[in-house]
Amino acid sequence: MSARERVAGTVANYVDERTGAAKWLKKNLKKVFPDHWSFMLGEVVMYSFVILLLSGTFLTFWFDPSMREVEYEGSYQPLSGLKMSAAYASTLHISFDVRGGLLMRQIHHWAALIFMAAMVAHLLRVFFTGAFRKPREMNWVIGVGLLTLGIVEGFLGYSLPDDLLSGTGIRIAEAIIQALPVVGSYLAYFVFGGAFPGEVFIPRIYTVHVLLIPGIFLALITAHLMLVWYQKHTQYPGPGRTEKNVVGYPLLPVYMAKAGGFFFIVFGVTAFLGAVASINPIWLYGPYTPGQISAGSQPDWYMGWLDGLVRMAPPLETHAFGHTISWNILIPGLIIPGIMFTGMALYPFIESWMTGDKREHHLLDRPRNNPNRTALGAMALTFTLVALINGGNDLIATHFHLSINQIMWGTRFGIIILPPIAFVITKRICLSLQRADRDLVLHGRETGRLVRLPHGEFVEVHEPLSPEKAFLLTQHEQREPLQIADTDQSGVRNPQGWRGRIRSRFSIAAQEQVAKPTPTEVKELEHGHN
Amino acid sequence: MSRELEPLSDPGLPEHIHRKADHDPRAAKKAERQVAILFSFSAIGTILFIYSYVAIDTSTYIFLPILGTTNAHELFLGLGLAMALFFIGMGAVHWAKTLMPDHEVVDVRKEQRSADEDRAAFVATAKEGAAVAGLGRRPLIKRSLGLALGLVGLSPLLLLRDLGPLPKNELEETNWRAGTRLVTDPGDRPIKPSDLEIGGVAQVQPELPAGRKRTLEDIGKDSLLLIRLRPEDFNLDAERLSWTHEGIIAFSKICSHMGCAVALYEQSTKHLLCPCHQSTFDVTRAAKVIFGPAARPLPQLAISVDAEGYLVARQPFTEAVGPSFWERDSK
Repeated sequence: MSARERVAGTVANYVDERTGAAKWLKKNLKKVFPDHWSFMLGEVVMYSFVILLLSGTFLTFWFDPSMREVEYEGSYQPLSGLKMSAAYASTLHISFDVRGGLLMRQIHHWAALIFMAAMVAHLLRVFFTGAFRKPREMNWVIGVGLLTLGIVEGFLGYSLPDDLLSGTGIRIAEAIIQALPVVGSYLAYFVFGGAFPGEVFIPRIYTVHVLLIPGIFLALITAHLMLVWYQKHTQYPGPGRTEKNVVGYPLLPVYMAKAGGFFFIVFGVTAFLGAVASINPIWLYGPYTPGQISAGSQPDWYMGWLDGLVRMAPPLETHAFGHTISWNILIPGLIIPGIMFTGMALYPFIESWMTGDKREHHLLDRPRNNPNRTALGAMALTFTLVALINGGNDLIATHFHLSINQIMWGTRFGIIILPPIAFVITKRICLSLQRADRDLVLHGRETGRLVRLPHGEFVEVHEPLSPEKAFLLTQHEQREPLQIADTDQSGVRNPQGWRGRIRSRFSIAAQEQVAKPTPTEVKELEHGHN
Repeated sequence: MSRELEPLSDPGLPEHIHRKADHDPRAAKKAERQVAILFSFSAIGTILFIYSYVAIDTSTYIFLPILGTTNAHELFLGLGLAMALFFIGMGAVHWAKTLMPDHEVVDVRKEQRSADEDRAAFVATAKEGAAVAGLGRRPLIKRSLGLALGLVGLSPLLLLRDLGPLPKNELEETNWRAGTRLVTDPGDRPIKPSDLEIGGVAQVQPELPAGRKRTLEDIGKDSLLLIRLRPEDFNLDAERLSWTHEGIIAFSKICSHMGCAVALYEQSTKHLLCPCHQSTFDVTRAAKVIFGPAARPLPQLAISVDAEGYLVARQPFTEAVGPSFWERDSK
């Protein structure tokens, strides 16, 4: 036994005698993780979270979360002598007078953008492959919670420097609070400690940004990962992969090295962006004052869809019985996002209700094999994208020489017309892809090789698929729509009432499929060819 | 319930394909060297990082294509850090891909639900626990506990009350009174109509009593836009026309939609545009909303001149400035 092995033995012994962990560790160190590039998206989220914690902690050492008025005396000459809040002055200090400060600020901001982008990409992967199905509904709900918190956390984060751009964002947030019926002006006064802007919101959102939300994040991410661990990761279908097994690489050493290495790659790429790509140059915006604004005021992209909705809202206000209700703020700012996020959180339950499928699923769907879900996803995505486009309507207008009015009216109609069109087109594409799969299995791959037969006929040679590929294209199950009873035993018509009818309609839509080839069909064709 | 179609038979996991390094010691040695080189790149990155921190002055700016003028200190610090981190990752991944075992492992998956007897035992335990606690048999305890728990939740809410004062009618008030002088922002100098040319725009604030410092809260409500047009350009009713002075019209600069500063004035169309959500107001028609999400015109302030010829407010705003709120119409 070498000295190194002896040391490892001693450490393992020390740990086990005090925790009894050997049994658990022996099993879990060899835990199997399926391998696929799309499984890295969630990893990117986690790694950027770690980067955010590290770079954020660095920033807190110099950032002064105070709205006390100070005179700027740092090394950035254009703002020299200007009155500003301590928060803005200390952000300038970090950017110009702390070595590596600007780099860390930019890494922090880029990591936040990557964090949100990877989260959305991960969400789309989970949605379109049906990874949220039983038993993983809880993890989906946690994920929706993380996304919501991520948006809030990001918004609070870029509001902290108290520059002209971020202050404008806070002003808009204040208007949304103020628009709440009955309690709005009271809540706004409580949040801001009096009239806007007041002198308390930076210290308050600082506590929320660096302590409260990251704490909830840690708890939720831990729960999210523990569930993944405990339920074992889903896997893509393929030969040898079933609902009853999980095929992949063991945690130690392969996954540890790959995942650990990937953390450094993500960190490295973020650092590279922080080094070369300037982001949120707050010194160009100047300190916040409610009387000024910069043209092209834009939130970060993950808030852009919300701003786009607010921009396209029709000018509706109710003035009745001495009270004002601002529908132009409430509908786009609270009601529609509320419906979107509630619907998203409930989707696993809605789908299982529509299809009547209460079984466990560990094999992922190929998106084409669930046309209805894929089309719904495309529809939701189209809605959000149209809103996001309108969120940048001023920049689009100047870049593409359009008028804001054209874009605004385009998106006002677009947000109603385009999502259903996206639904129909996506569903048709999925069904066409299913048909293509069917042809592929039955007739093989077109080789492009033309052969002339002795009697003069030309035929293209088709190459049969490998058994692996053929299995992959036919392994999915195709279920019949739910049979909702028209009458129950005692002769009552339509026992489930309108709910039954709706469910039946949804179920038919959800199970629209192109029948996949059966082994008999394949055999028949083979015989026919012979 | 369904005529489930049979899949084609599962051919099973494809055969494992060996990598070159698995059986060729020279290829393995080569892969080992590649990993080592990648790790060395990381070390070079850290050296660059240290060098930049110590040796490049923080005020060194260099010009680079695409990036423009960049602070060299921060740039090379970042590039060094990026290199140091990235190549550790590349080394580790390359190591895992070329030299660590790449046999796919199959693990069995159990259904999440527990065995029936465990579930039954769990239900029995839960029932027994509830029975022993006797909540069902002792409604008095149950109800009083419910009351206590419900009430204790109120205390944190109550404690949050002192986060801020009550709004009272502060949202309706500004510092504009009858006779308040309009002063330049910045500068705080009173102005005369002749200071503003036709087509000109100015941002002004109310003159505050001596010794009172202008706060951001004041600016958030008082900011006023002065615009001078030719008097015949106006399309106003008699009352609103009388609120102007020699073609000068005054609007609150705080958007009636969400409170942003309505800062973009287009001279040719005489439109005011809010950069936040593009609400557009027609200056000639008392800031009527002609486009965008705002539902109300910008409040207009009645102005005239005092005995010394300086512009003053004739009366306070007749409505609340800024975004809407529940009690806005209750005056």
